[in-house]
Amino acid sequence: MLLTVNGNPVFVHTGGRDINPARPAIVLIHGAGMDHSVWSLQSRYLAHHGRSVLAVDLPGHGRSGGEPLGSIAAIADWVVALLDAAGLERATLIGHSMGALVALDAAARYGAHHGGRVEAVALLGVAERMPVHPDLLAAAHAGEQSAIEMVIGWGHGPRGHGGAQGGGCPTPGLALIPGGRRLMASVRPGVLGVDLAACNDYGQGADAAAAVVCPALFLLGALDKMTPAKAGRSLAARVKTSQVVVLPQTGHMVMTEAPDAVLETLTSFLSLRRG
Amino acid sequence: MAGAKFLKFDTQSLHAGQKPDPATGARAVPIHLTSSYVFSDVDQAAALFNLERPGHIYSRISNPTVAVLEERLATLEGGVGAVCTASGQAALTLAVMTLMGTGGHIVASSSIYGGSRNLLAYTLPRFGITTSFVHPRDLDGIRAAIRPETRLVFGEVLGNPGLEVLDVPKVAAIAHEAGIPLLIDSTFTTPYLCRPFEHGADLVMHSCTKWLGGHGTAIGGVVIDGGHFDWEASDKFPTLTEPYAGYHGIDFAEEYGPAAFIARARAEGLRDFGACMSPMNAFQILQGVETLPLRMKCHIHNTRKIVCFLEGELNAEKGAVAWVSYPELVDHPDHALASRLLPQGAGSIISFGIRGNGEGGSREAGRRFIESLTLFSHLANVGDAKSLVIHPASTTHAQLDAAALAAAGVGEDMIRLSIGLEDCADLIDDLKQALRAATKG
Repeated sequence: MLLTVNGNPVFVHTGGRDINPARPAIVLIHGAGMDHSVWSLQSRYLAHHGRSVLAVDLPGHGRSGGEPLGSIAAIADWVVALLDAAGLERATLIGHSMGALVALDAAARYGAHHGGRVEAVALLGVAERMPVHPDLLAAAHAGEQSAIEMVIGWGHGPRGHGGAQGGGCPTPGLALIPGGRRLMASVRPGVLGVDLAACNDYGQGADAAAAVVCPALFLLGALDKMTPAKAGRSLAARVKTSQVVVLPQTGHMVMTEAPDAVLETLTSFLSLRRG
Repeated sequence: MAGAKFLKFDTQSLHAGQKPDPATGARAVPIHLTSSYVFSDVDQAAALFNLERPGHIYSRISNPTVAVLEERLATLEGGVGAVCTASGQAALTLAVMTLMGTGGHIVASSSIYGGSRNLLAYTLPRFGITTSFVHPRDLDGIRAAIRPETRLVFGEVLGNPGLEVLDVPKVAAIAHEAGIPLLIDSTFTTPYLCRPFEHGADLVMHSCTKWLGGHGTAIGGVVIDGGHFDWEASDKFPTLTEPYAGYHGIDFAEEYGPAAFIARARAEGLRDFGACMSPMNAFQILQGVETLPLRMKCHIHNTRKIVCFLEGELNAEKGAVAWVSYPELVDHPDHALASRLLPQGAGSIISFGIRGNGEGGSREAGRRFIESLTLFSHLANVGDAKSLVIHPASTTHAQLDAAALAAAGVGEDMIRLSIGLEDCADLIDDLKQALRAATKG
């Protein structure tokens, strides 16, 4: 469905069910250079288990209009504006990578002590800092294919790359790395560079974590090269209300590499029931 | 900064899509001969049926052995996903049925496999889907044949049996100008020789029966989604961009993004048309794919040697060879294109004309030639490890009238060879004696 946020059209995938304000809401926030479809193995399930789902295309991404916002704080503010546009008082935020920093920042600034817009957060593939190598940043700003190759290559664990002990996409017949490559190739020119710069520049992770008072799930890949599980754990240690789940044999793309484990963890965290 | 590393083609031929079986440690891909799969609970069952989570329900829709082959072929082609089918014909049918319904129109190369031609020319019109055939070198003709209701452009990298090389980048550009996808049958080249997605194609299909399986044992097909095509740029593909009642209003493009086509092909096409690949066949084709790079090198090596031999016969006084067609020959009309698209080799099919010196002309000479061969097997297949021979005008393309035969580049004197993996000297000896027999009539 289309909403209007700050004057721009925003696309929200609702998982096959309309948004119902009577149901607890979940906002799914994608990572750099991606869109709502990275949540295709979670969004439909959540929507059929008692939640109103808003798997959003951030500004400048996917089917949404506008320009990419350029900072984690700006995107966090925008997510709250999205709740306003959808007529929702509060929501659980589930974010991946850049989207996880957005959820963290929003939970710190819009949590129980500040309007209570954020009820809980699930942070997938996250670390306090997400420094981006200057070569990758330059390649992304220049729109070079090598930037996509680096993100996709480092972003996937053995289920994407294959090899003697890996291989085997959980979704029959799909190939994770070509799929990720195509998704990122469809993003508008320049957007990946803006997103990666936003990750690189975000330095408030520690303070934000300390300010979070809502339930916070950290869902980490044991073989994540981009946001190593060790870094995710140390960030989680700063959140009083955190719980940590580390998924074995999983890289940074936890939602596509380990969709069942992600769903089972979210089901437990959110106390989901079919309906 | 070091770039990200990806496994190379030869490695992926052996490993993509598979890891040792977690239950038994089996290194080879297990053959999962099971029709169905136990649900862990009612919620998981409901979620699987509603496409809320991935997994297997029933082997008509997906199967763990077949899924390994699908992921491996998708990886080798560079596609986002694949669906294996009961045959190559089933793959073409699945692609067409996923994209269009009654009123749909296809623009196809006139030089394609006879079975594909039959499907498009004679069978699909009964279901309201029509096809215009255009010579693969006639790019203006392809453009002109596209109508408002056209939903697909279809061709083969190497025409069958004329060995015309399709200018995939230019034909893709023509299709994309019209807002429609290009489906390439890449059976003759395999991803080892050509990866059509890198040249602009949107969908790729194979008869896995041929070089992918490589041993003439198992029938199978595959359709692979490149994930490039923007289905939502027009209203031409409602199967992918509008709610589908068959899964509670799911919108495949919205739900699956780049994998929209292949998701619908499985969720609807395999579920309802049911032309799935058996796990036994998938296993046998996987054995072939594991050695695809090695076999293709040998196919190409032998083919080049035999082309040289036939060229020698062509130039010999009173030789039985009237002409030789192979895209690497400098006098082949597509020589330059082949060197760009197929730098590692232009496949292992050779067409040549047999000279009808004696009674009965070239048709009779062809009969004597084929019946005199001792190593080459006379049968209707290509891409076997063993060398094969056929006379297309009387077999694979027998349904075509004289005009269609000419349009498909099939002359009555044409012999098609599929070069296998035998010692090349033995193959040349066999050809020599059969050519002598052919000229004695």
